[in-house]
Amino acid sequence: MRRSYSSQLVAAILVNSVYEMKNYPINLVNTVLSPLSFLVVIDFVSKGALIGQAIEGGLIMSMFQSGMSLQGDISHLKNDFKLQDMLVSSPASPAVYVIGMAASEIIYNLPALAILVILGGIYIHPGAFQAVELTAALGLMFLTSITIGFMFATLSSDIVQSFAWSRLLTTIFTAITPVYYPITYIPLPFRYLAYLSPTTYVAEIMQSVAGSLKLGEASVISDWLIIGGLAAVLLVVVSRNARWKEA
Amino acid sequence: MDQLITEKLSKTYGGSSMALQDVSFSAPSSGILALIGRNGAGKTTLVRILATELAPTSGSASINGIDVVREDKRLRERIAIVPQEARTISWMTPKQSTLTYLMWRGFEYSEAKKRAEESLARLKLDKYADTLNRKLSGGTKRKALAAMVLASEADVIFLDEPTTGLDPISRRDFWEILRELAKDRFIFLTTHYLEEAEQLADTLAVLGGGRLVAVGTVSSIRGRIRYQYSINLPAGSPVPGVAQGEVTTGRSGEVQILTNEDEAFAISKKLSVAGSRFSIRPVSLDDIFFQLVGESTQGEQEAAAPGADGGWSA
Repeated sequence: MRRSYSSQLVAAILVNSVYEMKNYPINLVNTVLSPLSFLVVIDFVSKGALIGQAIEGGLIMSMFQSGMSLQGDISHLKNDFKLQDMLVSSPASPAVYVIGMAASEIIYNLPALAILVILGGIYIHPGAFQAVELTAALGLMFLTSITIGFMFATLSSDIVQSFAWSRLLTTIFTAITPVYYPITYIPLPFRYLAYLSPTTYVAEIMQSVAGSLKLGEASVISDWLIIGGLAAVLLVVVSRNARWKEA
Repeated sequence: MDQLITEKLSKTYGGSSMALQDVSFSAPSSGILALIGRNGAGKTTLVRILATELAPTSGSASINGIDVVREDKRLRERIAIVPQEARTISWMTPKQSTLTYLMWRGFEYSEAKKRAEESLARLKLDKYADTLNRKLSGGTKRKALAAMVLASEADVIFLDEPTTGLDPISRRDFWEILRELAKDRFIFLTTHYLEEAEQLADTLAVLGGGRLVAVGTVSSIRGRIRYQYSINLPAGSPVPGVAQGEVTTGRSGEVQILTNEDEAFAISKKLSVAGSRFSIRPVSLDDIFFQLVGESTQGEQEAAAPGADGGWSA
């Protein structure tokens, strides 16, 4: 029989986002509120001065959270429902499964992203070229986070452990690091620590594109190279080490 | 004829723990094959290897001429599995679960929807089709998992302990589903329940300590074991002398004599003449299992002894 890859892709989206949102709408409320909550606090505390950074931060957090959610969701379906075992013994394609699951995370985050994009249009009002740059930076952020998420998912055998990692990484990489505020707010000896996080480079690019952070051309280029290189390396590492089935 | 064939199939975990050892057998790949064995006997390992989930350490296996290792992609077109501990996804309904499983197998949405509805109706699950899985009873959840594989085009279906934890009525309901599934497919079933295997299996395989202890029809295995008859005496009855056989006394004093046909005839004649109360019957699968697995365990102990030459296959 002729098998449809698009059906396989849609199946992942239905299972991991559409049906979950439809049957448990509370998850949707949580997804929308988490990136917006920081935004509201930062806007109030800065009396509106950091609204641009807060929106960019919300977008980065949303993208990063997608990758971390992928980790939890794949672990959950694999370990608790044995779905992956059922799919291994079927004609389902591992690559399409992963792409579909990654796409489902974006779909799940669409409501939050839509609100943030509208707010971005109002407060940052980027031009067409800037919008492309911002989208590309967020795309690299998503690619980096889903590769990290997928790597953890293949190693994890326990859902409690998976969710703990997911929360820990999201906190470290989006709340503590300079994602919702400019890196210049961090005192210098500690500023270098922020560069251990991939989200810092994306935040610098986005803040620079939006004009809220003054960076030299060399710094911006190096940020693009680092985040692009990291995403590529992680993609190779994951594609070589991810486990679809046991050896 | 289509067959399931394994040749010296072995699996070692972590370099030392041997889950399967030289399992060799062939069986027709039609109807229901029930694989029985104690916990840790290697049932799940064997199923996972045959279902292409796990690579064997050595040996080979094929189903209907398709090698499970070298032609795994081709085989996956024809198989489906409900693994041990598989659960229905709580935030979905049986219809959504079946639909998406079929889409994952590559069916177009419209065809998947049609097949999902047919499968749920065939298993009398249509009234639960749109109920959230988390609201279903344990038995209905198991049926929903069966509906998923039944809806597929797979002609070989692996079910790893599908009735574990079900109450006796739900279990018997589930047997009907298995019989339904087996009408046009090969069902490879693992179970702890000997009664289930006896009721359902066209072919029976017994694993003990990672080795194949016996394979065949229930009656052929019954014919192969040492004692084919069981005589039961109530507590306090005088026990006749038994030349060939085993006598065991239960906790409340009832006596079971396992013996061969001639001896059973002789003993029952003596008991009748003495006016004793007793019953006589061919050994049940429980008795067969205990005889076979007991021998297998004894064999393992002998094999473990220095210089012993262990290992056997059907």
